[in-house]
Amino acid sequence: MQAKKRYLISLLTGAFLVLLFYFGGGVPGPAATGSRSRHGYSRPEQPWPHFSDPLQHLSPWDHSDTEEYNVHISPRQKRDVNSSVYKGKRCRMQSCFDFSLCQRNGFKVYVYPQQKGEKISESYQNILSTIEGSRFYTSDPGQACLFVLSLDTLDRDQLSPQYVHNLKTKVQSLPLWNNGRNHLIFNLYSGTWPDYTEDLGFDIGQAMLAKASISTENFRPNFDVSIPLFSKEHPRTGGDRGYLKYNTIPPFRKYMLVFKGKRYLTGIGSDTRNALHHVHNAEDVVLLTTCKHGKDWQKHKDARCDKDNAEYDKYDYREMLHNSTFCLVPRGRRLGSFRFLEALQAACVPVMLSNGWELPFSEVIDWNTAAVIGDERLLLQIPSTVRSIHQDKILALRQQTQFLWEAYFSSVEKIVLTTLEIIQDRVLQQTSRSNLMWNSHPGGLFTLPQYSSYLGDFPFFYAKLGIKPNPKFTAVIHAVTPLVSQSQPILKLLVSVARSQYCAQIIVLWNCDKPLPAKHRWPATSVPIIVIEGENKVMSSRFQPYDSIISDAVLSLDEDTVLSTTEVDFAFTVWQSFPERIVGYPARSHFWDNNKERWGYTSKWTNDYSMVLTGAAIYHRYYHFLYTNFLPNSLKSMVDQLANCEDILMNFLVSAVTKLPPIKVTQKKQYKETMMAQSSRASRWADPDHFAQRQTCMNKFASWFGGMPLVHSQMRLDPVLFKDQVSILRKKYREIERL
Amino acid sequence: MCASVKYGSRGPALIPRMKTKHRIYYITLFSVVLLGLIATGMFQFWPHSIESSAEWSLDRRSVHDAPLVRIPMSSPIPERGDLSCRMHTCFDVYRCGYNPKNKIKVYIYPLQRFVDEVGVPISSTGLSREYNDLLSAISDSDFYTDDVTRACLFIPSIDVLNQNSLRVRETAQALAVLPRWDKGMNHLLFNMLPGGPPDYNTALDVPRDRALLAGGGFSTWTYRQGYDVSIPVYSPLSAEVDLPERQPGPRRYFILSSQTAIHREYRVELERLKEENGEALLLLDKCSNLSQGLASVRKRCCKGQVYDYPQILQESSFCVVLRGARLGQATLSDVLQAGCVPVIMADSYILPFSEVLDWKRASVVIPEEKLPEMYTILKSIPHRQVEEMQRQAHWFWEAYFSSMKAIGMTTLQIINDRIYPYAARTYEEWNNPSVVKWSSVNSPLFLPLIPPRSPGFTAVVLTYDRIESLFRVITEISKVPSLAKLLVVWNNQNKSPPEESLWPKVTVPLKVVRTKENKLSNRFFPFDEIETEAVLAIDDDIIMLTSDELQFGYEVWREFPDRLVGYPGRLHLWDHEMGKWKYESEWTNEVSMVLTGAAFYHKYFNYLYTYKMPGDIKNWVDAHMNCEDIAMNFLVANITGKAPIKVTPRKKFKCPECTAIDGLSLDQTHMVERSECINKFASVFGTMPLKVVEHRADPVLYKDDFPEKLKSFPNIGSL
Repeated sequence: MQAKKRYLISLLTGAFLVLLFYFGGGVPGPAATGSRSRHGYSRPEQPWPHFSDPLQHLSPWDHSDTEEYNVHISPRQKRDVNSSVYKGKRCRMQSCFDFSLCQRNGFKVYVYPQQKGEKISESYQNILSTIEGSRFYTSDPGQACLFVLSLDTLDRDQLSPQYVHNLKTKVQSLPLWNNGRNHLIFNLYSGTWPDYTEDLGFDIGQAMLAKASISTENFRPNFDVSIPLFSKEHPRTGGDRGYLKYNTIPPFRKYMLVFKGKRYLTGIGSDTRNALHHVHNAEDVVLLTTCKHGKDWQKHKDARCDKDNAEYDKYDYREMLHNSTFCLVPRGRRLGSFRFLEALQAACVPVMLSNGWELPFSEVIDWNTAAVIGDERLLLQIPSTVRSIHQDKILALRQQTQFLWEAYFSSVEKIVLTTLEIIQDRVLQQTSRSNLMWNSHPGGLFTLPQYSSYLGDFPFFYAKLGIKPNPKFTAVIHAVTPLVSQSQPILKLLVSVARSQYCAQIIVLWNCDKPLPAKHRWPATSVPIIVIEGENKVMSSRFQPYDSIISDAVLSLDEDTVLSTTEVDFAFTVWQSFPERIVGYPARSHFWDNNKERWGYTSKWTNDYSMVLTGAAIYHRYYHFLYTNFLPNSLKSMVDQLANCEDILMNFLVSAVTKLPPIKVTQKKQYKETMMAQSSRASRWADPDHFAQRQTCMNKFASWFGGMPLVHSQMRLDPVLFKDQVSILRKKYREIERL
Repeated sequence: MCASVKYGSRGPALIPRMKTKHRIYYITLFSVVLLGLIATGMFQFWPHSIESSAEWSLDRRSVHDAPLVRIPMSSPIPERGDLSCRMHTCFDVYRCGYNPKNKIKVYIYPLQRFVDEVGVPISSTGLSREYNDLLSAISDSDFYTDDVTRACLFIPSIDVLNQNSLRVRETAQALAVLPRWDKGMNHLLFNMLPGGPPDYNTALDVPRDRALLAGGGFSTWTYRQGYDVSIPVYSPLSAEVDLPERQPGPRRYFILSSQTAIHREYRVELERLKEENGEALLLLDKCSNLSQGLASVRKRCCKGQVYDYPQILQESSFCVVLRGARLGQATLSDVLQAGCVPVIMADSYILPFSEVLDWKRASVVIPEEKLPEMYTILKSIPHRQVEEMQRQAHWFWEAYFSSMKAIGMTTLQIINDRIYPYAARTYEEWNNPSVVKWSSVNSPLFLPLIPPRSPGFTAVVLTYDRIESLFRVITEISKVPSLAKLLVVWNNQNKSPPEESLWPKVTVPLKVVRTKENKLSNRFFPFDEIETEAVLAIDDDIIMLTSDELQFGYEVWREFPDRLVGYPGRLHLWDHEMGKWKYESEWTNEVSMVLTGAAFYHKYFNYLYTYKMPGDIKNWVDAHMNCEDIAMNFLVANITGKAPIKVTPRKKFKCPECTAIDGLSLDQTHMVERSECINKFASVFGTMPLKVVEHRADPVLYKDDFPEKLKSFPNIGSL
């Protein structure tokens, strides 16, 4: 026992000494692995230690060192230095744009007069005529804020037949060129085989570029505008709607991912397309390439070409485009391709494979909501990436492609106007659109920030903001006949409208040549009556955005409209559910007249309607602003001259914005009868020309809008118990049923 | 040491069979040996191993224990940083790989103390408290990995937050000796105070190869869009001061300027504005009688009057944030915290996190040269917009400015979103404060579309065993022109559906699906057989609906494809006496639900009902064999924010003789149960999503004095 004990003691002591020697002697262990395991053992969840040292604070305030700076360098000088240093590739609005030109007259665009003998491509002609037809256009260079060349700069590929020679000298000789300051240059193609540079082949000076296929390296943020590549056939106005007709559930289509296009074999941009065959599975991922392009493709032909070409011919591009959930948009020689817009229109979610492409209108469009931004380097992951995208996300992406297509891309006009609006937003800074205005229905072109910077002032964002429109309306009565008797319809109308619990105030717009009646001639009402004398006594003035309209809703009325309080109340409750639409009583319809090949107008009783007359309708006051500021003078003056069609124009405008029909609510019989048999002498409805004019108006409007925005509806909204066999006493809106 | 005693006391377990006195002897001996061992370890082992390995664990208490690294004078210096760098050129995406969580992995280098050849540290302050907070926040987060081989992003532990305390050349050399530096590829540096006198560059002057820079105070000329991240300048007051929450609304002052180092040119202009507009402006400066230091940071003065800073910021609607020597100002953070709307005047400044944050909703940006017009510009902003901005400003601070952790996580999330753009956070997620997220509605069917008539609709008839009535329903429905398909959901497991030959002959395909269990939710299953967008849910006893009524219902649905469009309407009411919701089936002037015994809706809602119904509502419905229609109404109203549409005045659906509110619905217990459902669902949804409306849809010419034969839908019953 003792021996055993002693033995044990000596063993332990020995071990102890050995250990002591081991550590003390500093034999280094395998550091990396040792540390890893030790580290993992001690505190795996907290690898960065909590130091107990009194660490110094960061002191972010400007102190003595910067004070000296502040005293010596004037911020003005600093600004001047910046604007003189940052030129060319480093241009920004601050350094290369003269804001002072825009201060006096606002954002006006001048287009150089076209010179004789200069050839201009159809696409560029479309761009120029869009600008000339827009509300930004000025023919006076002295008023202009932005200048657009009449020299065709779209195609700067030297090998192209459209290439304009000697552009350099032509541009330099322009008297207003001023080294490109405040100029905007449109370009679709630059550079040529083999390197496809982004150089335009002439010195653009300080001009801004609106360019397709621009790369992030060359893109000058908040200065240039990236535009989509569009074809010669791209319509000037209007344009086709998106192909999405309904949202299918589940949202998958026949193919998951498709592509069909050329393969370049060698040279710039060929790698990605050459590698596509790795991902092609001939089932739901169909990526087809052909080597056939150019004259001597056979020379470069590789081992895969014959097989690829055969596969290529098996599929129809259109069929694939319409039946695929995702569409691959790989770069070509240049970064952008026609595929992009084609996929967008076809509601085929674009999968971008074009590293370094500054996507179209990237300054304002959030492309993550409508496209999948892939990475060329990760081509092999693309199928699993798109498969991992959830159904709900696909549904949202697909709808967003359609929204963006229709809002910004469907015509040359939209592309150009979007470009101009983006620049205008930069110039006007304080009154610019927020992200939400650009990226949600109805889009930036219809959402004018000059109206208000508050989203809740527009009819489109109530649900998104979780708020409701103001629960009152302002009645605007359009008065054209002098006040002679106390039994005139306008006085009855005033009384019954004022009695509505939702009425905030009544504005009488005095568009009559006779002087304003004395104040006491108006009936006494519980709501204020404001009389405004129309400036030019023209029709359009009834849609002026008067400051005195304080509520969100406007009840627009003709002076001879007959309306009961109940009808007004009911229509207003309906409007609260549809604040972006026109809600009104008498309705009209349009139709396509096959014989005359033009639009027809009808006031007959039909089973559907597409307009409600603004002689008795409720709509959002924003439409007053839009009518006055969005529509071109040509249409507004037509309305003023005819003193007719203002209601048709308003319906066109609202339907173009909402893409939906107006809403007709039920009305008392007697009103309709008076409407039908307008016999009062003053009534413009009695004029035999009246109807023919309205027909002409419709066609004129449709041509400006680039299509027919009106939409038919087959329903009318009635009170829940309307004409129901319950006791009339139970009905809230019983007046409507009484004759 | 405690640990070692504990270990010692476990000794007996090793030698259990010994006698007690021996045991004590051994215990003592063993303890001594163990103690010795540990002591040796403590004193000998650590210092040695630290010098021997640069990558050793950081789990210690003092920064002074961090290993010392000497940088030779000749050590290579990285390149200046390439302005053309973008994610696709300077970032190695292969390191991040494809991963199902779509989350990047971030590695943090262990702390080291870098000194030059003669032993002078490269930084005068060493690790700052802020950088330490930042790194520990990242290491605590999901982004962190301790496995350097799996990392996608590397963060050096060299603190470059403040360039003023750095020796630029030596810091750059220190970066280059990092083991994974590799030309700065995938490295992320955080800097808040860039540049130094006299020029004050707007980006960190330390040469850094291809490293990404999260910088405060970028200008448009130094910021590499889509590569760098613009971050705020952290204000230490964020952690120090707890400002009381203030509701958005008007404030005592209209404009307040609180910065102390404003250039005199600008101060003169501000004073001129003050003269013109008087009390609406408050111009503060530092207090001359206070000494430097934190005390002076917390006070501001104006004409001898002393104000507490940042509290005073809460008294103003707008607060000026002017550029100083640097573009990024810590004041911005204080101003946001106070819920004051910042008026940012710093030309070419890239606002913090501008890649994801919509600053138009939280600030006003005015060019420096327009400073004299500031008052007019701000006055033109609508009140409601100002309130919205105040709320938004405070939310931005809370979510993205309030701590180094918030700043670090936001930066990493932004980079993460670039690498996995298809899984990126949305605009709404970034920009909507929770109250807006809660109350706002983003309908999944947001595109204004009127689907074409041609695909028609699929009628889904739920049935158990009422064959006679079922057949009648089928016969009636089959007369509707737009019917595309009939789907009978056979919910009876004990009985087989009748033989094919017995079914009524219809022109459209008729399909019977047998279910596994008799559940009400079966009627809302998104069957593959439903190939149309439009679904007509109909009970097997709804025989009274005319073909015109059904066709018209479909037409109305086409105009409102995101709503429930149905025939029998119902209402929910607040019972003031009981303090809860009540179900109402009387004929009222209002409607907030339509029964799915006869209703058109989008197939998407089937999918939602089956897979996305919140809480245990689905089980509740199946257990009670009731309220599936109420649940559907809740679901649709909640996600679209819209009311259903009741079509036509029809009251009787089952038989002409029936009372209008027929059968089941009359039963008192049934009504009680349905009220209970409403209360239950409202509590699960956390809100009452149903919307009340006072209208119903009728054909345009309904009850008009017009020849019936010319009407599209003449046969609209009123019973």
